[in-house]
Amino acid sequence: MQKTHTESTEKQTRGRGILSPATRGLAIVAALLAPLAAAAGEVTVKGSDTMVILGQRWAEEYMRAHPSATIQVTGGGSGTGISALINGTTDVCQASRPMSAAEKEKLRDRYATVGVEIPVARDGLSVYVNASNPLGEITMDQLKLIFTGKVTNWKELGGPDAKIVVYSRENSSGTYVFFKEHVLKNADYTVRAQSMPGTAAVVNAVAKEKYGIGYGGAAYAKGIKVLKVKKDAESPAIAADELHVKDGSYPLSRPLFFYLRNKPTGDVGDFVAWVLSAPGQAIVTKVGYYPLK
Amino acid sequence: MSERQSTHQPGRVVPVGLASAMRPTPPPLGPPPVQPNGRESHGRAARPRLASRRPTLHALAEAAIRVLAFSSIAAVILIFVFIAKEAWPLFHDSAIWKEVTLAKMWFAQQWPGYDAPEYIWQPVSEVPKYAVWPLVVGTLKVTLIAMLVAVPLGVGTALFVSQYAGRRLREIIKPTVELLAGIPSVVLGFFALMVMATWLQHALGLDSRLNALVAGVALSFAIIPVVFTVSEEAFGAVPRSYVEASTALGAARWQTIVRVVIPAAGPGVAAGIALGLGRAVGETMIVLMASGNAAILSASPADSVRTVSATIAAELAEVVFGGAHYSVLFFLGVLLFAFTLATNLLGEFAIGRMKRRLGGLA
Repeated sequence: MQKTHTESTEKQTRGRGILSPATRGLAIVAALLAPLAAAAGEVTVKGSDTMVILGQRWAEEYMRAHPSATIQVTGGGSGTGISALINGTTDVCQASRPMSAAEKEKLRDRYATVGVEIPVARDGLSVYVNASNPLGEITMDQLKLIFTGKVTNWKELGGPDAKIVVYSRENSSGTYVFFKEHVLKNADYTVRAQSMPGTAAVVNAVAKEKYGIGYGGAAYAKGIKVLKVKKDAESPAIAADELHVKDGSYPLSRPLFFYLRNKPTGDVGDFVAWVLSAPGQAIVTKVGYYPLK
Repeated sequence: MSERQSTHQPGRVVPVGLASAMRPTPPPLGPPPVQPNGRESHGRAARPRLASRRPTLHALAEAAIRVLAFSSIAAVILIFVFIAKEAWPLFHDSAIWKEVTLAKMWFAQQWPGYDAPEYIWQPVSEVPKYAVWPLVVGTLKVTLIAMLVAVPLGVGTALFVSQYAGRRLREIIKPTVELLAGIPSVVLGFFALMVMATWLQHALGLDSRLNALVAGVALSFAIIPVVFTVSEEAFGAVPRSYVEASTALGAARWQTIVRVVIPAAGPGVAAGIALGLGRAVGETMIVLMASGNAAILSASPADSVRTVSATIAAELAEVVFGGAHYSVLFFLGVLLFAFTLATNLLGEFAIGRMKRRLGGLA
């Protein structure tokens, strides 16, 4: 009965529902399995909040250029990304700081590899103050004194007589660790430093707080003032712009990394190669960071 | 909540078992009816069929409900066991003791680079520091502020709605306050971060936008519906006979309310406050966004605070499994659990005492 039904259907309705039940069944099964197939080729990218917007733009552009690819980008902080890499829950880790020796050790314990580090962009870690702040520049030493809590009033820096409100990042952030190592020289942040969940939150807080100060990636600097940084009192004040970040004269320039467990191959390899190529690096500039070359 | 049951029917509080024992047993069925055509009906078959169906079905239903009830208890116990298991290494693992010990967590430590012994929470550092007191004090500060705002507002609104408001006003106010409960806590936190923090800073001239006060007020928005709903039910359950008796004796409206209604509803209101307290201590998103997350140990509400729940939420994603930081965070979870358990037990004890003291009223 089915056969005659199909045959008559085929004869009667050319161009509409001409698939036999068998073919129809196969089509349904294929449609159900397609997401699985896509998941098999899916690339997960996790980590740095500094890089999350960059990662998302890369993913969007790459998926537009390669419709069969699926890239999944999440934030959470460089520490979260590195933990995910060690725990095996991500293919690529975005990090705004290098992996520590202890983390590489843990990766080696689990995966018998110290991982692959690929610099993908450059950033000039910027110091944010409120737009109404009269200061235009700051020395590394003054930054250290402020963020360790030794200097608590703007008047000690030549500003108005008001308490400095310090904004920092959560300790899962790579930016937090980078700032601690390079500016605080591994001293502790002051107890009064308020921890914001992301760079955008820091920018938002400093924009609303007249006497606030914070730090974060160069790409997020909108609505606030970015201070020029002097290595010491005699050096010139350097701005975090492309020229100075690329030649390293800006004291807080840093590379942004991709970390992988093994050398990139397959879908992951294609994505990483694309990121390092001209179209990928063009997006770096568009987002507000600085390309490798 | 058995307390709510009792406040609903004061004077008719009878434990369930006793009540069923008080119900009279049904009389045995009489002789089977004789059919007009002289044959006996299915009398003999009917009685055993009905009587035998009841016990098995009822027994099955009771067993099923008992399993469901015990599964909730089992879930609570298992959750506690899991959290305690992850925190257990803190108590015996010598590798973890190199980094942190219980003494280091609870007593002020003299760290290198500091002038005096202090309580510092800075786990990601060359020398990790795990003082727990700033987090506990921060949680208590925010909770206290939230309760100070929410309890008068919640109980006051409930009193107004149940005693003073006309029906139309009641029908407007009650759903509106209960709508507050429907607002996701992350939205409340966002609102506090963007709008309330700036407004409070301008109104009160505070140094820092994000502080315990902002977080506490935002948290109170989340607690008010809880306190309101339970208190309103408690006030509504006070029998009209009490109010009428009081009025008949010549009491003014407010005297009736203060001397009769509020004491009679006391246990219910206390239960609502206990529920609100439990919610306040565990609430994470609001404090994560609005409190500034600085682990400052101070008594001032204008200082930023870091609560236990926000610490766990912010840091757990990043820790390496099985490390010292990991165990300490789970220990904080156990602390939260224990605190909620303690407040619940205290609440039950207080409510029980209140009911006994009210004696004749409830």
